[in-house]
Amino acid sequence: MTVGAARQLLSVEDVGIRFGGVVALDGVTFDIREREILGLIGPNGAGKTTLFNCLSRLYQPTNGDIRIGGRSILKCPAHAIVHEGIARTFQNVALFQKLSVLDNVKIGGHSRGPRSVTADVFALPSCGRRERELTAQARDVIEFLGLTEVEKKTVSDLPFGTQKRVELARALISRPKLLLLDEPAGGLNHEEVYALGDVIKHIRDRMGVTILLVEHHMGLVMSIADRVVALNFGRKLAEGAPSEIQTHPDVIRAYLGGDKK
Amino acid sequence: MSVLPDTSIARNDSTSSIGIRTILLRWSRPLALLVLVLLPLAASDFVTFQLTMLLVYAVALIALNVLTGFTGQFSLGQNAFFGIGGYSAVIVVEHFHLSYLLGIPVAGVIAAIAGILFAFPALRLKGVYLALATFALGTTIPQLLKLDYIEQWTGGVQGMMIEKPMTPLGLPLSQDAYLYYLTLTIALGIYILSVNLLHSKTGRAMLAIRENETAAAAMGVDVAYYKTIAFGLSAAFTGVSGALGAIVIQFVSPDAYTIQLAVAIFLGIVIGGVGWLPGTIVGAAFIVFVPNVAESISKGLSGAVFGVLILLVIFVFPRGAQQVCDRLLGVEHKKD
Ligand SMILES: Nc1ncnc2c1ncn2[C@@H]1O[C@H](COP(=O)(O)OP(=O)(O)OP(=O)(O)O)[C@@H](O)[C@H]1O
Ligand SMILES: [Mg+2]
Repeated sequence: MTVGAARQLLSVEDVGIRFGGVVALDGVTFDIREREILGLIGPNGAGKTTLFNCLSRLYQPTNGDIRIGGRSILKCPAHAIVHEGIARTFQNVALFQKLSVLDNVKIGGHSRGPRSVTADVFALPSCGRRERELTAQARDVIEFLGLTEVEKKTVSDLPFGTQKRVELARALISRPKLLLLDEPAGGLNHEEVYALGDVIKHIRDRMGVTILLVEHHMGLVMSIADRVVALNFGRKLAEGAPSEIQTHPDVIRAYLGGDKK
Repeated sequence: MSVLPDTSIARNDSTSSIGIRTILLRWSRPLALLVLVLLPLAASDFVTFQLTMLLVYAVALIALNVLTGFTGQFSLGQNAFFGIGGYSAVIVVEHFHLSYLLGIPVAGVIAAIAGILFAFPALRLKGVYLALATFALGTTIPQLLKLDYIEQWTGGVQGMMIEKPMTPLGLPLSQDAYLYYLTLTIALGIYILSVNLLHSKTGRAMLAIRENETAAAAMGVDVAYYKTIAFGLSAAFTGVSGALGAIVIQFVSPDAYTIQLAVAIFLGIVIGGVGWLPGTIVGAAFIVFVPNVAESISKGLSGAVFGVLILLVIFVFPRGAQQVCDRLLGVEHKKD
């Protein structure tokens, strides 16, 4: 609907990466537009997570470029990527397992505010003030995701579905421009998936966050994505509206030939 | 409440015994402090000396906890920073004729610089490789202290003596008691700084690195920076503890800082419970007293007895004193 007017937020340009003999990504090119929900689909091993890892600077592409506002992020260290406005969740949940929900979310807010080693060690007033602010911000996000009751619980004690929500909270507190979600519906039951769809839409509509969504749950992708990019064997198969992708012959063939629905 | 990394525990308050537990939890720290303040009044000079050494080791254990317990970085070379601290203090006091009270912080600063310098190569290493690199540091530093070139500063193989400080301001304390209270004050200060750290943004960044480095980086935690801070702080605290130890023992020599000391310090944090600061007192008591206990059981086989005692603790209470304490207070760890 808004396709013509939307500005691009991030561009993936001819990105390729290989691990030994395996070509995990090969000349992948697409744009992410501001305030859209872009679905990224593909059979197992298509390279979706690898692309996420390139975007969050955990992997260095062997060729191509990734730009935000025309600027390449490939020189940026992994810990600076939040400052470019990118936050993410992980496919297999990468929480700080032995820490509480609140602490996990507060660490997600690490980038908000300067380094403060001296103030922290000596418990200077500035440290206490920032700590209270951060706690309040964390509680807001925790409440938004319905986690208030488990706020003090150790993450490893929580069921997988709840952990996924904690990860979402931890990503959101940094106030990202672009949120990368790697299979957020994995391991959720039918109702939870439905509720998750609403949460994702809310994050985009009310908070203005652009979303790149990797998901095998086609019902979810097709119902909330504005556009979809399909990958297979590291290459882009197709790009377009959900309805186009669903009926695209190459996509259908890839999924029938693959091992997942 | 504030000292435990309380994120990792869930209270199991059954109403029947909640009273005693709450009281114990609330008053354990003031009570422990009171005991520590009163102890030397009833103790002989020798026992006071032993208690002072206990506090010295407690500081070294807090220091290793910052590195290993908080940040998850192993070190089998803490003896290096302990020795650097000891020698620095003695050189400041004996060669430059400056105050003991200056020698101690100077030792901390010099050890911190050594720690930060060591952090640069160490940043590239993980797990067992880091342990090996620190081990190499721990075996090298005592050797370097023996070098002829610096013998005029270090006393070479012989080492150096340092006089016991006089009790200042006409305080009604023996020299040993004064040293005890000085050490207690410094140990308390370092304990409080470490608790502050644990509950701050910096401390959380360290815990994040311990739990999952990749995720920490994705959250904007500069892993290299915080590891360097951890090495620096840990070395600084260890240096202070080494300085106090040198002053208490009145002697430094390369043989006092061999790798065995590093092993003892590592053992100490395991006995106390890795990452649990109150456990450092228990770990330190283990280091100071258990070798004597082992010796009293069997003179010839004291080493073996000591080993058996360690194995016993590790098998029965793998999380050390923390586990014992949790069990007594009915605090439950749902997952190891
Ligand atoms: N660090 C790595 N080292 C070696 N090979 C890798 C690495 N990371 C990814 N790969 C390979 O890259 C290919 C793409 O994997 P990737 O995890 O990106 O797939 P995916 O699309 O996320 O699949 P799934 O839907 O199963 O999560 C696979 O063949 C994988 O084995
Ligand atoms: Mg994947």
